[in-house]
Amino acid sequence: MLQGPGIAWYLGIAAFLFATGALGVLIRRNPLIILLSLEIMLNGGNLALIAFSRHAGNGAGQIFALAVMAVAASEVCVGLGLVVALHRRRLAMDVDKLSELRG
Amino acid sequence: MILVWIVWVVAGFACLASAVAVVSFSNPFYSALALIGNLGSLAVLYLLLSAEFVAAAQVLVYAGAVMVMFLFVIAYVGPRLETPWAGGPGWQSLGAVLAAGAIFVEIIVAIALKAGGRLKHSEHVNAPFGSPGWIGRLFLTDHLLAFEITSIVLLVAAVGGVILGSHTRRRETA
Repeated sequence: MLQGPGIAWYLGIAAFLFATGALGVLIRRNPLIILLSLEIMLNGGNLALIAFSRHAGNGAGQIFALAVMAVAASEVCVGLGLVVALHRRRLAMDVDKLSELRG
Repeated sequence: MILVWIVWVVAGFACLASAVAVVSFSNPFYSALALIGNLGSLAVLYLLLSAEFVAAAQVLVYAGAVMVMFLFVIAYVGPRLETPWAGGPGWQSLGAVLAAGAIFVEIIVAIALKAGGRLKHSEHVNAPFGSPGWIGRLFLTDHLLAFEITSIVLLVAAVGGVILGSHTRRRETA
């Protein structure tokens, strides 16, 4: 028996986290904060996965959440590599000004 | 019972407030610190959902390793302030708020339509649910392919990080 609030409350928090992360991705211009907002979106997804895993009494959701964590770590690795490369080349930390792919 | 509710309300409120703080702070350093609070309160929510191993991994991997890397890079790049609402509400930020609100409503409606009636009664779970041994057994039996593919993803990301770093260094010396 699940004590305390039901699954729907957890899903509400997950939806709010996802929407907040999406707002951050859309509204911010600094690539570092866009990465942080992406982390919030991934964590909203993780919370929904774990809530449904508990609801169904099935472990696949938790396995999927751990895989999402590994994907988030990979994303941070590549994203922070990009940010450091931008910094080394003295480019502006503004995704609106980074409009060409040429190296 | 009442204690669970209190813990849930505190953790949920901390989670939502720190998520809003991450998006609205102008200093990336404060945003990263707020995200650590967000990840910690999410770990408490995972514990309430009897996902002990995922909560521990959340604190160790996310709030520990990943956020230390974030803070290191922010300290390396230096503080670059950016005011998210500078110049009043332009059409871009207005559209972003509308889009985020639409996503929120859409998720809620989709969940309510597909699973609204079945969310009342959760399954009963036994003691090993969410424990490290149980997760490990699942990983090495039912989900072995996902486990191996995860290791390949991590390897590719590490190689990508090294290539990104070495490429810029070569360009600088040339």
